[in-house]
Amino acid sequence: MPAIIGTKLGMTQIFGEDGSRVGLTVVQAGPCHVTQIRTEENDGYDAVQLAYGAVRPKLLSKPELGHLEKAGAPPSRHLHEFGLDEVGEDLSLGDQVTVAGFEPGLVVRVTGTSKGKGYAGTIKRHNFQRGPVTHGSHNVRAPGSIGAAAWPARVFKGQRMSGRMGNETVTQRGVQVIDADPDRNLLLLKGSIPGGVNGIVIVRPQ
Amino acid sequence: MSLIETFEREQLRQDIPDFKAGDTVRVHFLVVEGSRQRLQVFEGTVIKRQGELSRETFTVRKQSFGVGVERTFPVHSPKVERIERVSEGDVRRAKLYYLRDKVGKKARVREKQRS
Repeated sequence: MPAIIGTKLGMTQIFGEDGSRVGLTVVQAGPCHVTQIRTEENDGYDAVQLAYGAVRPKLLSKPELGHLEKAGAPPSRHLHEFGLDEVGEDLSLGDQVTVAGFEPGLVVRVTGTSKGKGYAGTIKRHNFQRGPVTHGSHNVRAPGSIGAAAWPARVFKGQRMSGRMGNETVTQRGVQVIDADPDRNLLLLKGSIPGGVNGIVIVRPQ
Repeated sequence: MSLIETFEREQLRQDIPDFKAGDTVRVHFLVVEGSRQRLQVFEGTVIKRQGELSRETFTVRKQSFGVGVERTFPVHSPKVERIERVSEGDVRRAKLYYLRDKVGKKARVREKQRS
């Protein structure tokens, strides 16, 4: 069972078997080094820590470098833990995870950071309707009423309003693997995935 | 070259002839009808080529029973069996949208004179 950390490179298309065009996202994933095995007795839970993203040693602290060196891994920018049900139980310290385990047709979960939209209004952020633009209306993109008056004399918690949108962790399920290219560490995923180009994504089994 | 570009270049077909807007082409296109497939020929004037690398498409316009018909094909699609260049047109622009507003004799493209 494969799980891996990668970088979204962008989207393109290929031709399917019946000649139809299929939109896909290209992800450069791995190779990820196993940098730590968490065990029930040591840490209270079982997990595997993977490292991804080569980086200049200068950018890491000495403790970070020491931690990576212990596992024989190069200086890496990103560390992430995976459960044993996600990466399998046969990994040991110093192993490498590549895209080789991703077979075409496999359905995965992709986690990334969505594109930041800044301070967004209620129409974009919560799919509110807009008001009429003619007949003297000045209520075009305004949210409308946010509650009653004397009772409850306050706005209820959770009332949907304008505010910061995007730039949050998003997990997309049901993403199909079209192909994997272990020579170039490329993973081809059907359709779109969260985040912009060069965003870090985590690919896990469904 | 970015990895995406390299990847798209690998999808390109090498057997596509040179053609541009204004040329008359015959496109042999695979049509699947249920379980059997056959070749359909679409002949007309190329009015545009759009996109790049493996995503490139071209649009062919022809008159069919007095009605203008346009069809867009992906250049590198495996369903395009063959593209024949019937004649080379003499045009000054890359997108021949003006042909849509012309009828009859005016809706033709001059053929390029080779000296």
